[in-house]
Amino acid sequence: MKKGKSTGAKRLVKELERQGARYIFAYPGGANLPIYEALSRSPLHPILARHEQGAAHMADGFARAGGGVGFCMATSGPGATNLVTGIATAYMDSSPILAITGQVPRNMIGNDAFQEVDITGITIPITKHNYLVQDAEEIGPIVEQAVYLASTGRKGPILLDIPKDILTAEFSTTNEKNRQLEGYAPTIKGHTGQVKRAAGMINGAKRPLIIAGGGIFLADAFDAFASFVDKSSIPVVHTLMGKSALDNEHPRNLGLFGYHGRCVANKAVSEADLIIAVGTRFGDRSTGSLASFASDAKIIHIDIDPAEIGKNVPAYLPIVGDIGDILPRLCEQIECSADSSWSDELSVFASEHPLPGGDGDFSTPAILRDVKTYFQDPILVTDVGRHQIYAAQYFPVRGGRSFITSGGLGTMGFGLPAAIGAALARPDKRVLLVSGDGSFMMNIQELACAAELDVDLTAVIIHDRRLGMIKQLQDAFYGGGFDASKIGGSVSFALAAEALGAAGRRVASADELKDVLKDFETVRGPKVIECMVEEEENVYPMVTGSTLTDLIEGVEA
Amino acid sequence: MKHTISILCDDTPGVMTRISGLFSRRGFNIESLAVGNTEIQGKSRFTIVVSGDDAVLEQVRKQLQKLVHVIKVWDIDRERIIEREHALVKLEVREEERPQLLQIVTSLHANILDSSENIWIIELTGDSASVDSAINLVSQFRILETIRTGRIALERGKKVGNGKGA
Repeated sequence: MKKGKSTGAKRLVKELERQGARYIFAYPGGANLPIYEALSRSPLHPILARHEQGAAHMADGFARAGGGVGFCMATSGPGATNLVTGIATAYMDSSPILAITGQVPRNMIGNDAFQEVDITGITIPITKHNYLVQDAEEIGPIVEQAVYLASTGRKGPILLDIPKDILTAEFSTTNEKNRQLEGYAPTIKGHTGQVKRAAGMINGAKRPLIIAGGGIFLADAFDAFASFVDKSSIPVVHTLMGKSALDNEHPRNLGLFGYHGRCVANKAVSEADLIIAVGTRFGDRSTGSLASFASDAKIIHIDIDPAEIGKNVPAYLPIVGDIGDILPRLCEQIECSADSSWSDELSVFASEHPLPGGDGDFSTPAILRDVKTYFQDPILVTDVGRHQIYAAQYFPVRGGRSFITSGGLGTMGFGLPAAIGAALARPDKRVLLVSGDGSFMMNIQELACAAELDVDLTAVIIHDRRLGMIKQLQDAFYGGGFDASKIGGSVSFALAAEALGAAGRRVASADELKDVLKDFETVRGPKVIECMVEEEENVYPMVTGSTLTDLIEGVEA
Repeated sequence: MKHTISILCDDTPGVMTRISGLFSRRGFNIESLAVGNTEIQGKSRFTIVVSGDDAVLEQVRKQLQKLVHVIKVWDIDRERIIEREHALVKLEVREEERPQLLQIVTSLHANILDSSENIWIIELTGDSASVDSAINLVSQFRILETIRTGRIALERGKKVGNGKGA
């Protein structure tokens, strides 16, 4: 090829390299083979997921654990539609991924060609932005712009759909065309006057409370947040996505609030006179009924996305901007809270209303405690369901990118591929996946990917032969007919793990579990521990009424 | 509550779907939508009229502003609105009705664009209420077909929706 000449596929790969991509989680097909050809001569490494959904979750887990952008790729048609759940998952949790799809050649678009689908049309509601590339000269600048969009402002997934003839077209790189980005200007710096007003409100509050959301994670603002909490001495509750915003063992951390929140956390929200909400979108699983949510509190809402202000909950004082900019400036202007009676009251209440520990030494809480002793400061990844709530409640993590879960979309099958992505992003950390039999089954094929890559991760499956959360809902609200939620009675995940190339062990007691945990300490690669627990466990507390404090505390309550 | 939203955006394929999708996903029926290019090259301006809950519409406005192709979104002050709509009406007119129709057309300041035998096409312009009443007035003759552009609107005074004005 002549100097200054390139093809669409080569230019794409070159720009991905320039943007710092190391891995692209992908699945091949007719329409993206030119990209694979270009990748074969590149240090950028394609990872063969076993399903495109897995590829998207891997890119997502990679981004969440590592703090950069995750890249995934599929072919046109079914390959592209298989990415959709993964893209929607990333969208709901504001995770920066770039999804690339091959498309049929331009002259066949709109003709219902083989493996054609309008993926840009399909993904408009679940991407921050997407592109149908119309011209080979645009590819390089579009990739650069897409990465910029994914990783700035409120982060999120971007999709790039590239027709096959553009991938193979030869063009002169001197003719590259830039695209304008006039309408995009996220507010980074928080308004000085509003920061000052917020400080005044904080200094005057009697019963202030901080709500920590996933925005702290996305902004990598852990240190700024910890300093703010330490200086203000204000108690903290967190959302599911905000779990690793602050060390769970921090004395001010009252834990998870909301639908499955701790009694003390929900009480604090209900009785606060001022709430400083940091990087949260007030999702319905946090707030419960909006009519009764935090009815005594004025709300200071700090968020990078102006559309989140007033979306679900009215804000008394909004501050739009980057948390990493706003919190240090707010911190300078607040005084240490002198009145500690509110904190004391909450501490007393917390000790009087502990989490129900779970019956027996092989209940899910007991399993998580045992596992914890073998995992110091891991990246904890979960799937979706009852085990997810147990993990959020019972498995303490430090502040940092250390808790990865599908909060917004609640995607079963997210955990294993996300854990693979996390393990590749952070080889220096141990990655622990807590999953359930229902969730794990949904993307179990990615064990083959994990085994081939030899990524070091441990999956603990809470196998109760039930879709646990569904069973709990049927139990509470649907008259207890459990046919829909029976699953997995005949499945051995340990044997399935072995069959797919991973290590697998089944355990049915605390002693067996401890033995396996010890054995597995010296085993590298993917490991599956299948814990056969009782069917009857329900997870508490659970809000059952119209307010956050109207909840079932535990089995006896 | 009725709102007239003015949107300045890039003139690019797919922008219509992105914009209208934000309304439809929240259950808004768009009463009127007009779009055309503007004084700025490569930019279009949408005028969208919807009725709906103020708080939900505020959310739509903010979501519109998040679209990468959208430069400025503006909820036009109903008190200061200058609104126009354009309609074409195709009528069948009997010979003996012509003087009467001609009189109405003159009083409406409408134009006759075509009169071939007994089929006339007339052109109406005004705010939407005047266009409504004009169509109503000519409906005593036999209307074969009408078409309307949808409303376009500007706000009185110096304020402009291109991100540069006051």
